Amino acid sequence: MEIKRRDFLKVAAAGGLTVASNAHPALAREAKGRIKDAVGFLYDSTVCTGCKACVSACKQNNDLPQSSSTPQDPLWDNPLDTDSRTYNIIKLYKDGTGAVKDREKDGHAYIKRQCMHCVDPSCVSACPVSALQKDPKTGIVTYNKSACIGCRYCQLACPFNIPKFEFDKTFPQIRKCQLCDHRIPKGDFAACAQYCPTGATVYGRVEDLLAEAKKRLAYKPGTWQVYPVERLGGPVTTEREVTPYIQKIYGEKDGGGTQNLILAGVPFEKLGLPKLDERPDAQRSETIQHTIYKGMIAPIALLGGLLYVVHKSTKDHK
Amino acid sequence: MSEESKPLGGEILTKPFLFFAGLFGFSLLLILYRYIAGIGAVSNLSDGYPWGLWIAYDVVAGTAIACGGYAMALLVYVMNKGQYHALVRPALLASMFGYTLAGASIMVDIGRYWNAPNLFTPWYANPNSIMFEVAFCVSTYIFILWIEFAPAFLEGISKYKEHLPSFVRNWNVEGLRKTLNKWLFVFIAIGVLLPTMHQSSLGTLMVIAGWKLTPLWQTPFLPLLFLISAITMGYAIVIFESIYASTGFKRPLETPLLSNLSGIMPWLIGLYLVLRVLDVFLRGVIGAAFKFNLYSLMFWIENGLYVTAIVFLLPRESRSSSRKLFLGAFFMLLAGTVYRFDAFMISFNPGDNWSYFPSFAETVITLGMISFELMAYLYIVKKFPVLPAAEHA
Repeated sequence: MEIKRRDFLKVAAAGGLTVASNAHPALAREAKGRIKDAVGFLYDSTVCTGCKACVSACKQNNDLPQSSSTPQDPLWDNPLDTDSRTYNIIKLYKDGTGAVKDREKDGHAYIKRQCMHCVDPSCVSACPVSALQKDPKTGIVTYNKSACIGCRYCQLACPFNIPKFEFDKTFPQIRKCQLCDHRIPKGDFAACAQYCPTGATVYGRVEDLLAEAKKRLAYKPGTWQVYPVERLGGPVTTEREVTPYIQKIYGEKDGGGTQNLILAGVPFEKLGLPKLDERPDAQRSETIQHTIYKGMIAPIALLGGLLYVVHKSTKDHK
Repeated sequence: MSEESKPLGGEILTKPFLFFAGLFGFSLLLILYRYIAGIGAVSNLSDGYPWGLWIAYDVVAGTAIACGGYAMALLVYVMNKGQYHALVRPALLASMFGYTLAGASIMVDIGRYWNAPNLFTPWYANPNSIMFEVAFCVSTYIFILWIEFAPAFLEGISKYKEHLPSFVRNWNVEGLRKTLNKWLFVFIAIGVLLPTMHQSSLGTLMVIAGWKLTPLWQTPFLPLLFLISAITMGYAIVIFESIYASTGFKRPLETPLLSNLSGIMPWLIGLYLVLRVLDVFLRGVIGAAFKFNLYSLMFWIENGLYVTAIVFLLPRESRSSSRKLFLGAFFMLLAGTVYRFDAFMISFNPGDNWSYFPSFAETVITLGMISFELMAYLYIVKKFPVLPAAEHA
């Protein structure tokens, strides 16, 4: 007997019932908003001198071993990127002669890379066992190794390629910046900011950091301005001549927003930062998931139908 | 039901069996090394490419190839096509091993395997996570498949009682089999629900990869494309396996039954291709298919394979030739596998000069898993009533 089109449609209906409703925006999961007292830092690439004090301060305060990019002399701690032993790194952008700092053509610039502590993090949405979580007060994205199964879906999900995995270990963990949340109870803050001698990285409440960043974008290049050092509202400040900014705060809206914010003098793509939609990927993914599985209604209804049909068929076949 | 299927009998330790055993043994050594020295010691996986061959083949393609049981259950129990009943058991057997081995591969792939029970612990489980849904559904489905296949084991046990150890002989196998048969419909129904859920969710997994999956593959239609192609691959593997088993074990071909069964496939592939092409057009990324790069090449190869499968399976007269049926099924399996490799590995690009190609050891571990599957299949069809009794064919 030839299989008829009607039968095929029945299969499609049974099989595709739950998925076909994807396009329905009714159950769309809202993008998550900023937490009021969330903390982070503002990294200003135009202020950074590339001294890497932040890299070694991060290693010291997180008990991280050296990571060498020179196999002939593995004692040097000179990683080229974040890795399972390096939560935070300063990278260099260079074009042509590299002569002028913070210029796109024939210039150079520094960029600090580490976990951005996203407002709506992909890794938190991706993790099947809640090993990655967003702290409800500080918004810091934390990692819990006793929950983690090591599936590395967080790595696949992160638009910044931040979570790093110990591929070289028998009992591996995911490693990433947790904004020195272990230092906060002692009255300290992110080591990379606290030990930054130039004020390139300043720690603070994200709300205040955004205001500070907007203020800097309004500064006239060539004027002298006061820049806070270490943290906003702290005792240390420095005065410097403003150099031109790209008129954008990276992380204000990118990927749904991040708690670490970046200002720079050369385009952000040149510094290796991905061009992200304002709509977070976590929202995209969870909208599909919630549309299908909200309250498990569709699967339960489908199961009910299946139980009825299968029961009937098995009786027929006897 | 039991007259429908019969054990094949015959020698177990054949040459192919020993070859597979050797490969499997070698892979076990490498797996042991992985548990001692870490995942990096055997694989080329990296922070840029956290997933490779083990996920793309063993789990994602492997479970789709193992969708025979699901596809046949849809046909026989949901659409009530009793005439295909004889094909259910061999399909279930292949599904059972395909999924079980996918589960085993996951335990090799995940770094902190001892924490795997956290997936079933309410305070750890994250229902927003696509991975949670996939992991939960796949592991439950493995369990369901073993129950669905249990009648074959029980029949085997009750028929060959005298050869079995005394503690097995004392089991009330017949009673257990009757109870199971009475409630089997519940497991069959769950066994249709679960693959519907996780085969689509396997596609959804990649949505959160965002920009890292190139635009020709990154689409909200991933779950639907994955589901349709998985069901089609399910029918393809049933046909492929039946013809292969008939030729390999020198049994009569079941061509008329298979050619009827294959009638559904061109429709499914057609629906898939229409969606695939419409999606690429409507998202305005069709231009990417005409850039001369690896992605456009893979796009054409992948969809060319689907078209090839349709060419073999659409004409009615071609479906009554076992050779063309076999080729049609083969190209469908290849198309679905290449699509999954593309979506999980080849068109995944994390930037920053990361690159990935599976290592020798990684490949051997995957081949070892496949070898084990084939050994188990050969053993069980010879010892248990799985394949249709020859006179029915």
